[in-house]
Amino acid sequence: MKESELSQEHRRYLAQLRRNKRKILFWQIASIIVFLLLWEIGAKTKIIDTFLFSCPSAIWQLFLVYLENGEIFMHIGISVWETILGFVIGTILGILAAVILWWNETLAKICDPLLVILNALPKTALAPILIVWVGAGIEGIVAVAIFISVVVTIMSAYNYFITVDEDKITMLKSFGANKWQILTKLILPANVGNLINILKINVGMSWVGVIVGEFLVSRYGIGYLIVYGGQVFRLDLVMMGVFVLAVCAWLMYAAINFLEKQITRQLFH
Amino acid sequence: MKENSLVHLDNVNMIFYRPDDALHVLYNISMNLHEGEILGLLGPSGSGKSTILNIVAGLLAPSSGQVECHGQIGYMFQRDHLLDWRNIYDNIMLGLEIQKNITPQSEAKVERLLKSYDLWDFRRHFPKELSGGMRQRVALIRTLAIDPDILLLDEPFSSLDYQTRLLVSNDIYKIIKQENKSTIMVTHDISEAIGMCDTIYVLSKRPTNVKAIHSINLTTADEKTPLTARKAPEYQHYFDLIWKEMMQYEGK
Ligand SMILES: Nc1ncnc2c1ncn2[C@@H]1O[C@H](COP(=O)(O)OP(=O)(O)OP(=O)(O)O)[C@@H](O)[C@H]1O
Ligand SMILES: [Mg+2]
Repeated sequence: MKESELSQEHRRYLAQLRRNKRKILFWQIASIIVFLLLWEIGAKTKIIDTFLFSCPSAIWQLFLVYLENGEIFMHIGISVWETILGFVIGTILGILAAVILWWNETLAKICDPLLVILNALPKTALAPILIVWVGAGIEGIVAVAIFISVVVTIMSAYNYFITVDEDKITMLKSFGANKWQILTKLILPANVGNLINILKINVGMSWVGVIVGEFLVSRYGIGYLIVYGGQVFRLDLVMMGVFVLAVCAWLMYAAINFLEKQITRQLFH
Repeated sequence: MKENSLVHLDNVNMIFYRPDDALHVLYNISMNLHEGEILGLLGPSGSGKSTILNIVAGLLAPSSGQVECHGQIGYMFQRDHLLDWRNIYDNIMLGLEIQKNITPQSEAKVERLLKSYDLWDFRRHFPKELSGGMRQRVALIRTLAIDPDILLLDEPFSSLDYQTRLLVSNDIYKIIKQENKSTIMVTHDISEAIGMCDTIYVLSKRPTNVKAIHSINLTTADEKTPLTARKAPEYQHYFDLIWKEMMQYEGK
């Protein structure tokens, strides 16, 4: 329906919605600006110790330097690549494993204690071992990212799979469905929303893995910038790393959100 | 076994075993479903009515006894179990899809079913946009789409309010009779059973046995439907008879 065909009332309602949205966006931007301004002023007037907190202008200057010599792209590129690898491989492996566990209940019961322990364990504790096993380059870092996302994926995907209504499975069986058909026509489509949520969680998980991995071994990447900055007490470098990281993580999250919209539109045109 | 019976149960027993006890649910159940007949199962809650249907459908193996079933089975459950992510048309095609039996003929049949039961305009809608009664009809068409010879209906109207229930049961009765399906229907509702069924099996409580078999013969002015049945002179008689039998088992 075109807006011109709507009733007066309805149009007023839409205008109200838009006004609210603009108001919220305004305050979001305003609060960031105020925060940065206060920080900058605090630093200039020496209320804030710039040695510990740096200041926005210094961070920006440093960012420009890194931008000019192109080094920042290399660091971002490497970290993002590691994260995407960890994310994609971890998610696919995790979902595959969850499907296998769903398929074979006995196997699921056998693996249950192992999974519970792995899940309870702070997974970063195993990062040094993994890196020793797999290697101190990108492989090791990606392995850490995979490991962290795969455990969470298996646990949550499997739990989603087994909570699908038993009666719906019976309904499919009454048509003579085999296990593969139950999986593809019921279990997976019923969990599209849940699987997308797993993707969202895994973006975060993979970043944790990559940053921890880079803290431990690497010579490049955002994690390396942060840990190096910390070691030489260059807090502007640390802060810049954190901001770049935040932007990258947010962009990846936004990409998943976009994907979610596309998929739901496909499903329920 | 009788000549024209499509489903034949002979002394079927069902015992469910659990770690600390065994539940004897069905005790020597014998039953015959004839061609074109609507057979009603009336019995107290937990007496094993759904279990009987599951055995007939081959989803459960009985502990002992014989089960014979001649023909394709269509099973309609208590809840509609429509899949939210499929539109009405794709929901209805589910059974055909699973049986890899989508042909121009089957598509034409589905189209005819959709049209004659007023769902054609809704075929691209999603289940959540439909009322309870419409969803129930969709579930029935999904069951009919695979062209079953035998229909199993497990309390098909129990999720509906009283008025809708009367109307939908009337609709579904007509559909069943038009498609000439032999049917076993579970219900809690005596009036519904008298209105819809040709034969009623009254079941005892667990371990469940067949207590009585009633052939329903009603004199109605027009064609018999669940609605006109209520005006038949014999209606009250059947009702009182079955009510008394049910009271013996219900809650005691
Ligand atoms: N797979 C199963 N394993 C163990 N016990 C079962 C199983 N299926 C059913 N039962 C038990 O058998 C009994 C009969 O169940 P059933 O669902 O057949 O009863 P019903 O007559 O359909 O009841 P209702 O009118 O409430 O639908 C119940 O006590 C139930 O707990
Ligand atoms: Mg039941």
